[in-house]
Amino acid sequence: MKSPTKFLVMLLALALLVPAAPADAQMLMNGAGATFPYPIYSKWFEEYIKVDPEVRFNYQSIGSGGGIRQITERTVDFGASDGPMTDEQLQKAPGPLLHIPTVLGAVVATYNLPGNPQLAFTGPVLADVFLGKITRWNDDRIKALNPSASLPDQPIVVVHRSDGSGTTYIWVDYLCKISPDWEKAVGRGTSVKWPVGLGGKGNEGVAGQVKNAPGALGYVELAYAVTNKLPAARIQNQAGKLIEPTIESTTAAAAAAAKSMPADFRVSLTNPNGADAYPIASFTWLLVYKDQPNEARGKALARFLWWAIHDGQRHPAALLYAPLPAPVVKQIEATLRQITCSGKPILAAK
Amino acid sequence: MAIDSLAAAGTGARPSRPPRAVSRGRRGLGDRLYRALILASVWAVLILAVGLAAALSWESWPAIRAFGLRFLVTSHWDPVAGEFGALPFIYGTLVSSLLALLIAVPLSLGAAIFLAELAPAWIRPPVAFLIEMLAAVPSVVYGLWGIFVLVPWLRDWVQPPLGRALGFLPLFQGPPYGIGMLAAGLILAIMVVPYITSVSREVLLAVPGSQREAALGLGATRWETTRIAVLRYGRSGLIGAILLGLGRALGETMAVTMVIGNRPEIAASLFAPGYTMASVLANEFTEATSDLYVSALVEIGLLLLVVTVLVNGLARVLVWTVGAAPARGGRA
Repeated sequence: MKSPTKFLVMLLALALLVPAAPADAQMLMNGAGATFPYPIYSKWFEEYIKVDPEVRFNYQSIGSGGGIRQITERTVDFGASDGPMTDEQLQKAPGPLLHIPTVLGAVVATYNLPGNPQLAFTGPVLADVFLGKITRWNDDRIKALNPSASLPDQPIVVVHRSDGSGTTYIWVDYLCKISPDWEKAVGRGTSVKWPVGLGGKGNEGVAGQVKNAPGALGYVELAYAVTNKLPAARIQNQAGKLIEPTIESTTAAAAAAAKSMPADFRVSLTNPNGADAYPIASFTWLLVYKDQPNEARGKALARFLWWAIHDGQRHPAALLYAPLPAPVVKQIEATLRQITCSGKPILAAK
Repeated sequence: MAIDSLAAAGTGARPSRPPRAVSRGRRGLGDRLYRALILASVWAVLILAVGLAAALSWESWPAIRAFGLRFLVTSHWDPVAGEFGALPFIYGTLVSSLLALLIAVPLSLGAAIFLAELAPAWIRPPVAFLIEMLAAVPSVVYGLWGIFVLVPWLRDWVQPPLGRALGFLPLFQGPPYGIGMLAAGLILAIMVVPYITSVSREVLLAVPGSQREAALGLGATRWETTRIAVLRYGRSGLIGAILLGLGRALGETMAVTMVIGNRPEIAASLFAPGYTMASVLANEFTEATSDLYVSALVEIGLLLLVVTVLVNGLARVLVWTVGAAPARGGRA
């Protein structure tokens, strides 16, 4: 009776010990933050094993706020955020932090109407719908934008994210830029005080409520809308063109902003001035300390980042993220060269 | 000491000694170990509870200092402007939970009475098992079912007729979204039914048979027997079962978040969206960046703890007062 138990215990002990032995040779980089880029980051971490088998990653997708807190407290090697850190937050960090853009995401307006016609919106109309000023689908301003669609005489059920989220930040950031009324009444943030509407938790919560409520209008990530075949409205950009949300039109938003890119990449890409740019797009960032405390770890991290903005950019499109445009990659290279360890640059001129 | 040394000597002369002395010596050591372990676990639980409350108070101190009592009585929740008032969340938590009890208590007591008093013996185990199965369903599954089945059903089949028939009451006014307080109350009701039912059933089964025999002997009908001899006898246990369900409803997060509409407003109508304390924590904590915002959310957590403790305290008081009653009733 006893010996099989003993045998099992020994097996278990062996099973626990065996993988632990080679792990000593590996370096485990810890990261935490945004949930939105989690799929592409996991893909990268997996692909990067082929490049450098010594480095493993442990990424906790706890949300941008958590990512900022953890990197500020130096409990992780890198943080991740969908919104740039504020000046106040940067001051609280024990050292200068760099924002490294990794990929782009877009937010689309999705809706539920009979037959789901392809709709078009302008920023001010969207803002007024979300402010509760336009309340019915057959409103003249919506009709004027969509002359061919049959719009029912039905109330618009506004659906927004209930959880704090980078998606919300991008959406309201756009509304702020396009509508002074919105900026004054609501403002921008990962959670805001919504004037009207129902809240759904996560993309799936918003999509679920939109699908189930006739006459609903909500916003979700582009990737989520495409994989779930949700209707996505075309939005008029600054150049006056109606732009369909796609990976290409999202990358175009960053390309349009490249000329006026601030050195620290803390920039909002919404409402850019490119002719083909989709107006509700944003970077997502990794946050790393400019001066790395440990040389080996700093080197591994900087090399990974270098890989991510170059070879790594092959992967986003398959997962419906938009890759960085070439001019922006050049700008990030310069930033990555600034990473140091006790004053010495880590990435020497490659 | 004397016993110990005796026992120690005893182990030396094993064959001639009765084994009893040996075991008694060991038991002395075992008893002390047992006592220490038990005491340690009691203290661990106490320290954990006190530590929890202390940590929550500490973390929420900036918000308490900034808003004071205003936090409890205002309903302005604006993370952008840094204005926080928790009233809509407190309201939403209490109303959704009470609504859940209103629906769940008659159902659960009915099911428990059926299972304990009326059902043929062969049907009891499978039915009880099925009801308890409901408790094993993860709450996110309830939430998804809520969004995709319950909410459309409420919107198309329940709310329009309710609005037409009882629309003169403020409770049933407004556009039928499906999502809202009613959906949250219903889904909570379904979630607490298994708890209340299984505890109530155990309570009813524990009522001595002599109670029923006495009532039947006095010529009571089946219903009168249940009412007078069984329900009244077990009422303190039944109240305990209901309050267990209430505690579960107050803290439930995921399923409620998915169907309540997450709107921090106090509306008279059950059709309107609402918000609960647990939901706002689950929704906003991960992305809360400013210190005051985090602190306000932690204060909501503290409030939830206080509400739960108050409800549990109330439960104790109710069980004590009601528990004392049957003795007096018996004498009368």
